[in-house]
Amino acid sequence: MALYSETVMDHFRHPRNVGVIEDADAVGEVGNAKCGDIMKMYMKITDGIIEDVKFETFGCGSAIASSSMATELIKGKPLEEVRKLTNKAVAEALDGLPAYKMHCSVLAQEAIEAALNDYEQKQKQ
Amino acid sequence: MIYADNAATTKMSETAINAMISAMKDTYGNPSSLYVTGQKAKEAIEEAREKIASLIGARASEIIFTGGGSEADNQAIVSTARLGAKSGKKHIISTAFEHHAVLHTLEKLRKEGFEITLLDVHENGLITAEEVEKAIRPDTCLVTIMYANNEIGTIQPISEIGAVCRSHKVPFHTDAVQAVGHVPIDVEKQNIDMLSSSAHKYHGPKGVGFLYVKKGVRITSLIEGGAQENGKRAGTENVPGIVSMAAALEEAVRDLEKNRDHLIPIRDRIIEGLDAIPHSALNGDREKRLPGNINFCFEGIEGESLLLLLDDKGIEASSGSACTSGSLDPSHVLLAIGRVHDVAHGSLRLSIGEDITEKDADYIVDSVKEVVGYLRSFSPVWRDLVSGKTEFILK
Repeated sequence: MALYSETVMDHFRHPRNVGVIEDADAVGEVGNAKCGDIMKMYMKITDGIIEDVKFETFGCGSAIASSSMATELIKGKPLEEVRKLTNKAVAEALDGLPAYKMHCSVLAQEAIEAALNDYEQKQKQ
Repeated sequence: MIYADNAATTKMSETAINAMISAMKDTYGNPSSLYVTGQKAKEAIEEAREKIASLIGARASEIIFTGGGSEADNQAIVSTARLGAKSGKKHIISTAFEHHAVLHTLEKLRKEGFEITLLDVHENGLITAEEVEKAIRPDTCLVTIMYANNEIGTIQPISEIGAVCRSHKVPFHTDAVQAVGHVPIDVEKQNIDMLSSSAHKYHGPKGVGFLYVKKGVRITSLIEGGAQENGKRAGTENVPGIVSMAAALEEAVRDLEKNRDHLIPIRDRIIEGLDAIPHSALNGDREKRLPGNINFCFEGIEGESLLLLLDDKGIEASSGSACTSGSLDPSHVLLAIGRVHDVAHGSLRLSIGEDITEKDADYIVDSVKEVVGYLRSFSPVWRDLVSGKTEFILK
């Protein structure tokens, strides 16, 4: 049995939305190199909708795949819907993750939350 | 496909397979039985014992067959510790980068009241006999230091360490699982009291190994239930495994020089190639390492994704990254030689086999360069390093 599902491997081998948005409206970074995972999300938000999203990830196969899938799940979605995204939804969309890799999907959820918090802070200013 | 994980296990040789099949067909008897079929099996394992002993400079009576390297390590350590405790000696010396078969056994003993000194292995993955000598106390009952490290391949000055232990009359055990069949070993000349070996690391079968115990060094059994192995290891002997192990070791020792002469230039070619990758570093001493071991850290990337992409390119290797072990910490070996967590996560171990070619070596180097470059292209850690936001650790 393979370590990862075919969907995980597909998103790992061909990650969607990789890169940087230079004039991003929101940036969120979570994790630390000491633990071996860092995710950074960049968002372009217009009229309460995620117009564009890109990510950079330092991490294992499931961390990269989770980032990729998470960006796919939130792209073009309204913020209130994005806020409700759970790590389980990311893992399910990937056709499951091994139990000890579930934290990768948690990290993806947290990266999105961090970016949205950054956006709110910037809106207040 | 290039199999470059020979430190994990090796492909069985034709010689070992044939020996195993013959043993299964012809010597199926129980060596403890007195009739012909049983005695044929007994003869087969005694012949294997003679052969193995002669290949490491030992006597046949000094070889105990076990169910592998971990069992041999456990038996040597636990047995010696228990005997030491009887005379009030409860101090053991080892190193911080031993295999877990040794470290976990020592940890168990520590909880039982033994005092364990783990020597620092320095940045190059080596210790000195002087450091061992300094750590020896009147209550030291055992020194256990691995011959060659399973991750970074560094080879310790075993003869010198053995000499020091002998002069202080402290039993010396070495976990030689990665060394046997790959480097010349003579237990007598190298002052080794106990040595663990596992057949599947030199093209023999899995689940069988041996423990060498010098005549006069006391050892007890871990497994009760019969008089096999002179009362030192109960259980019906793994006849096909033992016969096959002897055949595999005979071949490995016969071809040892030839294999070294082939492997070392290719190993060095890969090391030089990977060294050209910016912000990378070889782990372990450049010279005092196993002929087939290459271990690097690449800054800004994580090892598991490196392995998966190399697998896609037909290269099978391993890493000391936390993600490949299922724990949160990267390899204890890399931490022991002073690599920080961030860097240790980005490690790659290539343990090449005798069938490797120069062309394979160049393909490995090109593939690793490409994959490391690709992973760095979207690594936030690498971005911060390149932009100067954080400082490079590897120059």
